[in-house]
Amino acid sequence: MAELFDNIKKTWNKRVVMTYKKHRFLFEELVKRDFKRKYKGTMLGMFWSILNPLLHLLVMRLVFTQFFGRNTPHYTTYLFTGLLLFDFYREATTQGMSAIMSNANIVSKVNVPHYLFLLSKNVSCLINFALTFCVFLLFCVLDGVRITWSFFALLYPTCCLIVFNIGVGMILSSLYVFFRDMSYLYGIFTLLLRYMSAIFYHVESMSWKVQRLFFLNPVYSYIRYYRIICLDGGFPSFRLHALCAGYALAALLVGVWFYKRNRTRFLYYL
Amino acid sequence: MAVVRANDISIRYIVGDLKSIGLKDYVIRVLSGKYKVTEFWADRHVTFSLDKGDMLGIIGTNGAGKSTLLKAVSGIMTPTEGTMKVSGKIAALLELSSGFDAELTVRENTYLRGAMMGYTRKFMDEKYDEIIRFAELTEFQNHSFRQLSSGMKSRLGFSIACLVKPDVIILDEVLSVGDGAFRRKSSERLREILRSGVTGILVSHSVDQIRELCNKILWLDHGKQLIFSDEVEFCCDAYEEFLYTKKLPETREDMERLAADFQVRAAKKREEAEKKQEKQIRRALANEDSEKYVEDALSILRRYRPELLAAEIAEQPAQPEKTEGKE
Repeated sequence: MAELFDNIKKTWNKRVVMTYKKHRFLFEELVKRDFKRKYKGTMLGMFWSILNPLLHLLVMRLVFTQFFGRNTPHYTTYLFTGLLLFDFYREATTQGMSAIMSNANIVSKVNVPHYLFLLSKNVSCLINFALTFCVFLLFCVLDGVRITWSFFALLYPTCCLIVFNIGVGMILSSLYVFFRDMSYLYGIFTLLLRYMSAIFYHVESMSWKVQRLFFLNPVYSYIRYYRIICLDGGFPSFRLHALCAGYALAALLVGVWFYKRNRTRFLYYL
Repeated sequence: MAVVRANDISIRYIVGDLKSIGLKDYVIRVLSGKYKVTEFWADRHVTFSLDKGDMLGIIGTNGAGKSTLLKAVSGIMTPTEGTMKVSGKIAALLELSSGFDAELTVRENTYLRGAMMGYTRKFMDEKYDEIIRFAELTEFQNHSFRQLSSGMKSRLGFSIACLVKPDVIILDEVLSVGDGAFRRKSSERLREILRSGVTGILVSHSVDQIRELCNKILWLDHGKQLIFSDEVEFCCDAYEEFLYTKKLPETREDMERLAADFQVRAAKKREEAEKKQEKQIRRALANEDSEKYVEDALSILRRYRPELLAAEIAEQPAQPEKTEGKE
């Protein structure tokens, strides 16, 4: 047993740590580039990271409280959890999708692993997410939500979502090299997913069966986890934990498999 | 031990399948019965190996598969068939000016490219000034990259790429970068690297360059390997004759015939040139017997036949024609 563990550790050291050390500089530079490019030429620059979700939130809140007359307690926080996570997912995967394609002129000339471009996109989205998250905490306080120690548990679904995003990004970016139509299809898909993620409506009024169907949507599972912590004041069940991790690992495994299977053929289509 | 060993390399592109033509064309072609997937072999059964210090020149017309082969050597592309083994660090100088990011500044691009070439941050910090100075871009450091001219871009690309002490260097038509002054500097730097015992692969359309720099040669035509050998002069002769006659050699004899033809043609050409020069000199001398025309004749000689002039100085009495003009 100890031997097996040692072996795993050795391969880990060899494969992951060595790769990281070898490409660390490039990775840092890529993240920097992605982040800089995003706000190049805008007057507010990085503030858009914060401003954008806030304005988004404002519009949604206006529509649903003023026009549709929704007035449940902590509705702002309810909305914000949904928006926060869904936008992170959408941004990371949509940008991840074009990661390899948009770097075609580099990929076809320099021998670097293609997934680095995907990872750097994910990291720059994560930085964005972190900024928005700070605003989110502020809003929780303003909305009268009690911040407790259990908020630290939010790290868990966040980490799962990051892994999930990378996995989905690997599948999408590989597909996108072969099928450019993906960008349109995926746009529609995310729209559908958005309405199925219960971002602005409540599912409690629906039957238990329908409620369970919602958990088929990975993003909803992560949003639900956030809401249990922030709004219900409880602690998620073990099953929700398993579900979150399950989705993340499944996406990553399929993603890595799909990427590895296709990576040698990318160059013919760039 | 071989530093680079390409064993029966074949690289195939698929043309006209669903992925490359898109769904609309795919449906139309299937319905009209015209759907056909064609294979395109950019390289077919290419085999060569290089030892340390070897310099391989790859020749062939456009579309012969030279650049694709280089991509396989540098590891960017995985061959469809065959194996490629390269030991040591590779520096690939392919299309130097591309691959930069137009939105970033020169400084940021330099670091990014350095990172892509596999340098460390420490190394880049140390060498940054040297790179910028060599590329002559000191006053452009914080300019956006889109403001640079294409010559400046390739100058920067060259300067970054040539910093390394690689084990294998791959040069794709990069021996002529930038304007005259920079070109001299860059080819000097390259020669310096080549002299250091690096193993190299050079793709060039200038046969003279290959004659000068290479000790092994690979001739590709439409992906097929015509010859891989160390008879550089022989192959270059045959290749130049092929460019002239457009007759592709199929056997060794064909090639020998081509090379021989080239020798004959080259000799004839030389002779003609000599005759022409002689005529020019005679005309210059016949015109008038003044210092000015002698100078003209000498300058013609200096330009076309400097070796003759050197000989003349060594054994002046043996050249009555010229001494006559001087008196």
